[in-house]
Amino acid sequence: MATELSAGELNLEEEVDVETIEASAREARLKNARRLLRYTLLKLIALVFTVAIGVYITIIVANMGGEVDKIRLATIRENVALAAVADPAFQQMSTEERRALLDRRVELEIEQYGLDRPFIQRSFSYLRDALLLDLGYAEGLVSDSGSRQVRNIILERLPPTLLLFGTAQLLLFFGALAFGLSLSRRYGSFVDKVVLALAPTSAAPGWFYGLFLILIFAALLQVLPFGGMVSAPPPESRLEYALSLGEHMILPVAAWLMAAIFLTTYNWRTFFLIYSSEDYVEMARAKGLPDRMIERRYILRPTLPNIITSFSLLVITLWSGAIIHETVFNWPGIGRLYYQAIGLFDTPVIVANVVLYAYLLAITVFLLDFLYALVDPRVRVGEGSRN
Amino acid sequence: MAALTRRWHQLRNYPSAVIGLVFVGVLVIVSIVTPLVLPYSEAIALWRGGAAEWRANPRNAAPVWQNWFTETDQAATIAFDSREGEGERVEEQLSADTREVRFIYEFEFPYDTFPPELIIFSEATYSAKQPFVELLWYTPDGREVRAGEFTPTRSSSFRFDQDRRLQRRLERETGIDDVRPSEGLFDDPEQEGLQVLHGTYRLEIVGLLFEPDSELEATFVSYGRVHGWAGTDHLRRDISVALLWGTPLAMAFGLLAAVGTTVTTMSIAAVGVWFGGWVDSLIQRLTEVNAIIPLLPILIMVGTLYSRSLWLMLGLVIILSIFGLSIKNYRAIFLQVKELPYIDAARAYGASNMRIIFRYLVPRILPLIIPQIVTLVPTFVFLEAALALLGLGDPVLPTWGKLINDANSEGALYSGYYYWILQPAALLMLAGLAFAMVGFALDRVFNPRLREI
Repeated sequence: MATELSAGELNLEEEVDVETIEASAREARLKNARRLLRYTLLKLIALVFTVAIGVYITIIVANMGGEVDKIRLATIRENVALAAVADPAFQQMSTEERRALLDRRVELEIEQYGLDRPFIQRSFSYLRDALLLDLGYAEGLVSDSGSRQVRNIILERLPPTLLLFGTAQLLLFFGALAFGLSLSRRYGSFVDKVVLALAPTSAAPGWFYGLFLILIFAALLQVLPFGGMVSAPPPESRLEYALSLGEHMILPVAAWLMAAIFLTTYNWRTFFLIYSSEDYVEMARAKGLPDRMIERRYILRPTLPNIITSFSLLVITLWSGAIIHETVFNWPGIGRLYYQAIGLFDTPVIVANVVLYAYLLAITVFLLDFLYALVDPRVRVGEGSRN
Repeated sequence: MAALTRRWHQLRNYPSAVIGLVFVGVLVIVSIVTPLVLPYSEAIALWRGGAAEWRANPRNAAPVWQNWFTETDQAATIAFDSREGEGERVEEQLSADTREVRFIYEFEFPYDTFPPELIIFSEATYSAKQPFVELLWYTPDGREVRAGEFTPTRSSSFRFDQDRRLQRRLERETGIDDVRPSEGLFDDPEQEGLQVLHGTYRLEIVGLLFEPDSELEATFVSYGRVHGWAGTDHLRRDISVALLWGTPLAMAFGLLAAVGTTVTTMSIAAVGVWFGGWVDSLIQRLTEVNAIIPLLPILIMVGTLYSRSLWLMLGLVIILSIFGLSIKNYRAIFLQVKELPYIDAARAYGASNMRIIFRYLVPRILPLIIPQIVTLVPTFVFLEAALALLGLGDPVLPTWGKLINDANSEGALYSGYYYWILQPAALLMLAGLAFAMVGFALDRVFNPRLREI
């Protein structure tokens, strides 16, 4: 931006060749883009490592330091024994023969699953499997399409979660932004004081307000559904389906917003107020620039990095809340899947879910970092060199 | 100290802070009084106790205060226990071996609805000949109803509603087919349909004992549709036990977790800043890893696979938050503090690293973290409730979250038992708001930059 500005100034003087200036501006833009790319790549690599470490810790916890393998061994023995009993040839063997056969089969199975290697070694192959979400078969859960593969079960539940929380987060971001800006304009007004007074209500999480919203709108007034994603049976036509989906989304999204909007608005309004008391804003006012322009260029622009940081912290803490939110609203996303998996003690699904959450968090962090790099000139131009 | 008093005076300028402090005070008092009145082990035994503990309570009864808001007064529980010396007891020797024991229970029935059930629990001691019991029911308008007879064993119960003969008798009396005895006994026969006859009722339990050292005790319960100041749940348990005991548990969990996470995070930030170099960058990287480890899913996983103890969860929360994101904030502050002259002075006189960190750096920003701790408390109070709601609450402790979980899994909202969810939810909200309001005001008092805006 700085380069473009100086190019413009030089252009006015009409002394320097226009083409060289344009070329240098293009070069500077290219350099910026390259810096941005390098920054992004570095962040991405760091994140991949971070996710790997996080998932590894998860695996250690989930395997109880190797305890789960004992359970798996027992399952293998039982399955082998069951398969053998069903075999008529097996019944005619003597006891020793039977035992020898069983032991041989169990050993084969153990080798096949790699259970004969030490846990540390195995934990790394688990890590690879977990990172690829290749966690074999669920113990109790089945996907709607009938697959028992953990990956299918989990990926099937991802879109509803992304739909619900994507909508909620976007509404929250833009809602709080617009609301905060308008409050900073009317600082000290009645609405401002109300928001300030309501900010502590954000101490309660979204699912908590969800309980009340269900109580009021579903149980007492009976105008909105108790939960779920679409009405049963699902409507045939596309439009009706979308309408039904929208109807089911009102309460969860509203609960999510209720829990976060007041505190977020209050915090951002404070950012705006801090930045609107800067000297250059006074200067712009003195120049007689229109309010809209001052807001956009002189207040919103420098506040954005702060706002994005605050928003990313919010999103990170809110992700965890999704599990309970979906459980309360019966929303068929990964959060509710997690809840179901807990009920069935379905370890592969539980681990896969934790991994998926780690991925979601990492992607969120990455996207927000990227956004941050876009709006923060310090990152774009590179630290140290400010030309 | 003087600085603290000054801040206290500033705090009093915020009405929300004063309200919040009052709420916090109430919660703290309840937390202190509850364990004194009802010790920990007793509360757990009571809450875990089965039918024996709670048999005299109705199922899913609303709190008594519900009657203040409705036109019709719901029946409350009326109970007489002869072992406690309640009611009147008359003994009469009829012959050498035979005695008559008469329990006279007289009570007012001013309510507008019928009790859901009537039961007599009796305990008898005898060696060969069982005693015989006859029940006489006297209504306010002077009618006498033979309400049934039974031969009590060592421990038996007589349910009025299951006595067919009593039902037929009441059908004739009230003129209503299939009348339930618990309704028919209170019905006003002068009125059309089922109408409660208000006034004083008398139940006489007449026991005939055929052995000289035979004994009989009888407990009569007219179950209420409202019970106690908090109502009861599906297992007849008094919800007030969980509401009361939930308070100290929520406070303990919230406060310990908030203090634990804040103090450890801050100490680690101080160590990182003081040593700098690879220690600092290691801590920074660990913070980034930690941000990606999903706290709640891990807690849930541990709860599912290992143990659901509240105290284990507390430890885990603290461990997983050691490298929390707030390290970045503390680091920024410590970087400034590190450059202050008094730190140079400490270094000059040869203070050890640990001394500088924990005696000079950390105390410097302690006032800053007080609002932080207070604002964090609700987060953890709700975290406990969230775990409980997922069915991962502590298996033995009665907490607010477990009440909501019970209510949710018993479909309280569908069945209209709103009090079951609303009471613990109100307490959660109260605790959350109280700490948040105080924390907000504290933040403004301790961060003057915010106060100007």
